[in-house]
Amino acid sequence: MKGDHSGNLNYPRNLLVSFHRQMLRIRLCEEAFVEPILAGEVHCPCHLYSGEEAVAVGVCAALTDRDYVFGNHRSHGHYLAKGGSMREMVAEIFCRETGCSRGRGGSMHLIAPDVGMLGSAPIVAGTISLALGAALASTIRRDGRVAVTFFGDGATGEGVLYECMSFAALKKLPIIFVCENNYYATHMPISECRVGREIHEIARPFGIESRQIDGNDVLAVYDAGLHAVEKCRAGNGPVFIECLTYRYRGHVGPDDNVQGSHTDIRPREEIELWREKDPIKRFEGYLTDQRIMTQEELNMAREEMTREVTDAHDFARRSPLPRAEELERYVFA
Amino acid sequence: MSSHRKLSYSLAINEALHQTMAADPSVFLIGQGVKSPWYVGDTAQGLLERFGTDRVIDTPVSENAMTGAAVGAALAGMKPVVVHPRVDFMFYAFDPIINEAANWYYMNGGKLPVPVVFWGIINRGGEQAAQHSQSLHGMFAQVPGLKVVMPATPYDAKGLMIAAIREPNPVVFIDDRWLYKLEEPVPEEIYEVEIGRGNVVRPGNDVTVVASSFMVQESIKAAEMLVKEGINVEVVDLRTIKPLDENLILASVQKTGRLVVVDGGWRTCGLAAEVSALVSERAFGALKAPVVRITLPDCPAPASAILENAYYRTSTDIIRAVKSIL
Ligand SMILES: Cc1ncc(C[n+]2csc(CCOP(=O)(O)OP(=O)(O)O)c2C)c(N)n1
Ligand SMILES: [Mg+2]
Repeated sequence: MKGDHSGNLNYPRNLLVSFHRQMLRIRLCEEAFVEPILAGEVHCPCHLYSGEEAVAVGVCAALTDRDYVFGNHRSHGHYLAKGGSMREMVAEIFCRETGCSRGRGGSMHLIAPDVGMLGSAPIVAGTISLALGAALASTIRRDGRVAVTFFGDGATGEGVLYECMSFAALKKLPIIFVCENNYYATHMPISECRVGREIHEIARPFGIESRQIDGNDVLAVYDAGLHAVEKCRAGNGPVFIECLTYRYRGHVGPDDNVQGSHTDIRPREEIELWREKDPIKRFEGYLTDQRIMTQEELNMAREEMTREVTDAHDFARRSPLPRAEELERYVFA
Repeated sequence: MSSHRKLSYSLAINEALHQTMAADPSVFLIGQGVKSPWYVGDTAQGLLERFGTDRVIDTPVSENAMTGAAVGAALAGMKPVVVHPRVDFMFYAFDPIINEAANWYYMNGGKLPVPVVFWGIINRGGEQAAQHSQSLHGMFAQVPGLKVVMPATPYDAKGLMIAAIREPNPVVFIDDRWLYKLEEPVPEEIYEVEIGRGNVVRPGNDVTVVASSFMVQESIKAAEMLVKEGINVEVVDLRTIKPLDENLILASVQKTGRLVVVDGGWRTCGLAAEVSALVSERAFGALKAPVVRITLPDCPAPASAILENAYYRTSTDIIRAVKSIL
């Protein structure tokens, strides 16, 4: 797939290798939840990220551990890409005491403050203003940190997004609004949620630099992320990035929401079309075409990531469950 | 017309919507998921096909605006039902519900009532954690200008939805997914359950158990167990939590002298505290033992199933409470 990306060709090899590893790591980790969910071993609602890996990986690669990220209901990828521990995430999804939220939060409450992942929460648009606040803190302290808010196309329906854009623009806050447009909000195709105007255009009236990119092209995402981070660090934030992407799985759980199934939403051809644009497959094609990695090296990476996922599941399974007596352990009021 | 036709709780709501929408063209339904079979259960089934997209409106994720729109449509002469598939999502809509709808009539000297139904579904359990598990009826009930109903049975679900839609003032209608499969005979005709009227669902002389919504079913279970031990519990189903059927509660406590208040909400400043205060103010002399509250602890809903089990109250807790004051 030569030329099927918009990045320049001067990326260090180890960066490209890590993009591949990170995306693969997320994909394999996500897909490994399918069986335990179907077997009733994982109960908490899991909104799988498969298909959207390039967004989290590209954006987070442009950040440092000191920068902040806030997620939403579909944040396994954000958490892993930001550097959260896979063991702790899987344990959280299995609701174990060793999970990143000690089994209190489950899939929709992932947090890793040490690496700047300040949390995720399943209220649509609920964390956008929190990222705004993190950016505000950075500005007050003049510490150069950047805050990223990941949200979906569905979140563009909530008024708080516009309030945040307005204030961020007014104060030139170092916040990057990353909209993951996967064309659906639960059962609603985007055409039933908004008129045909492109999402990236919503930021312009606030004077925010904004663009739409191919969210399945990790290099394009990285370039956009890097540019946005530079602008924000220079005091010229905020920046808005709309990433066009697609989730292979349905809204929640392994179900693919294909037409004809009980959830009956998406045409099968549409899912297949997006499979052609798979961010990992495409990037692997690029890596081999450019002779950056051999097929054998790709296979080895896959085996290594598979081992990490297996290890994380083993860790989760042998971890203790929270104790009923500790229900109120973190209650302070 | 068979008086023995059985209907589930969710289909009883569905029938109420069908019948009120057919009877009154000013009634319409708006909210997330009303066109989807897997969103609001089967409560909205067949409505879109029958009444069309003008009156059955699935919406973007915009709770504040959609709820405000329902309030505005009510001011303009319609009778909207705005549904929130989880009460947790209603926080975005607190402004139109509380600041605007609840206050409008009073603040304008009674010039214009607001005939709107705010329908919120309690949808908890399943390791969904705090933001997908809350029961907020206590907060709504604290607000002057909102009536709050919480049906515990299919019969009441239908009758209260119809009454809520016909009511000229804002009503918060809160139902519970844990009740959706419950079945009982439900009349086919259109009927109302009067707002503000509770119901003694099981008579008894020893202890009064006051409950609402899902906890009524747990209370009945507890009463059935206790009767085997010779303890006769009177179960009072509030049905409406604002305004409270005070006389019904007081009459029962006058009879039994003992009270357990069961609520699916939090403890502090909650519904159970209100009922308990009412009884200590107005029936203190009748009490033979302290009032006991069975509520959620003041704690967010956890994900882990083990913690969930420790969090939610059941008939076992009610049985223990009843025995503790005998
Ligand atoms: C305030 C609020 N309203 C409704 C919901 C139910 N809900 C969960 S995810 C979702 C749609 C989100 O769509 P989008 O933002 O596009 O994210 P995606 O799931 O596509 O990643 C909705 C409506 C919610 N969680 N919070
Ligand atoms: Mg979406």
